[in-house]
Amino acid sequence: MHPVAEKIQQVFPEAFQQAVEWRGDLAIQVARAHLHAVCRYLHDDPGMDYDYIVHVSSVDWPDHPERFEVVYEFYSIRRRARIRVKARVPEDECVVDSMTDIWKGADFMEREVYDMMGIRFRNHPNLLRILMPDDYPEGFPLRKDFPVRGKGWRDTFPFIGEKTL
Amino acid sequence: MGLTDKSHPEANLIQVSRGHDKDGDLGLTLTTIEKAVNWARKGSLWPMTFGLACCAIEMIAAVSARYDIDRYGAGVFRASPRQSDLMIVAGTVCVRMAPVIRKIYDQMPEPRYVIAMGSCATSGNIYDSYSVVQGVDRFVPVDMYVPGCPPTPEALFDGILKLQEQIMQRRVFYQKPPEQIKA
Repeated sequence: MHPVAEKIQQVFPEAFQQAVEWRGDLAIQVARAHLHAVCRYLHDDPGMDYDYIVHVSSVDWPDHPERFEVVYEFYSIRRRARIRVKARVPEDECVVDSMTDIWKGADFMEREVYDMMGIRFRNHPNLLRILMPDDYPEGFPLRKDFPVRGKGWRDTFPFIGEKTL
Repeated sequence: MGLTDKSHPEANLIQVSRGHDKDGDLGLTLTTIEKAVNWARKGSLWPMTFGLACCAIEMIAAVSARYDIDRYGAGVFRASPRQSDLMIVAGTVCVRMAPVIRKIYDQMPEPRYVIAMGSCATSGNIYDSYSVVQGVDRFVPVDMYVPGCPPTPEALFDGILKLQEQIMQRRVFYQKPPEQIKA
């Protein structure tokens, strides 16, 4: 196993679930309840030193009992190392801890995940939609059960006839 | 003879009684005021820059020295709708952009014209998705559609020339009824 994964398994035995290494890229899966603690460790520990948040994304597995998956990707500029941290999120309790207190850069990316997939982030300072309008009525467009053409919102133009001059 | 329209002789109300092609002397010219006004309008289209996607690059190329949109009297690109009378919608229109386009269209002084440049502005193209408007004609009246993905500058010129032909046939002293758009 990758030494970083081994270390995480050692420090967080109750959180660690799985580690996959593919072509030098390490991905670990952790329990949702401990995600924030693991990420705090990855950021603060001098041996880890993952100081840059690359990306936050999410996956929808419609047939899986824990339907959603949040994927964080971190990079250590000093160690030139990359890590991907995944956590499963069930549909009925669709919330994970926000990483904005560790990495400021998580702010917009978590908002995008919320906007597109509907996963909420606890302790996020400004969890609003970022791509779609605030009053977007159709739900979360990147979910697998969302129709590709939407639910009719793209054909509504309530502003026609408004006096905007 | 810039005033004569050779491609549409039936619509050509201008008669040149006696002129000299070589020195540009028009001699005696008879025309209608409507025709003269339309001629002035079509020869001085002031487009508004409305580049939304890759079609904008072709529109920019059309302005450049190689293609030179100024040859057709449509080269004075303005960044303000108040100063322009032709809106070239160049690119994919997302639903969030739609009210902005409509507002800018409303701010343009009449007479105003709209060219839907490219497949996206015309019909949404391949973007049959929840966030893309399936054609800009759903919320502004479009005078000319230019197909292509993106259209070449030549295709845009063809659209502008066709629009100029259309302008020549318009009524000037006529209050048009309020526009009808099916929502």
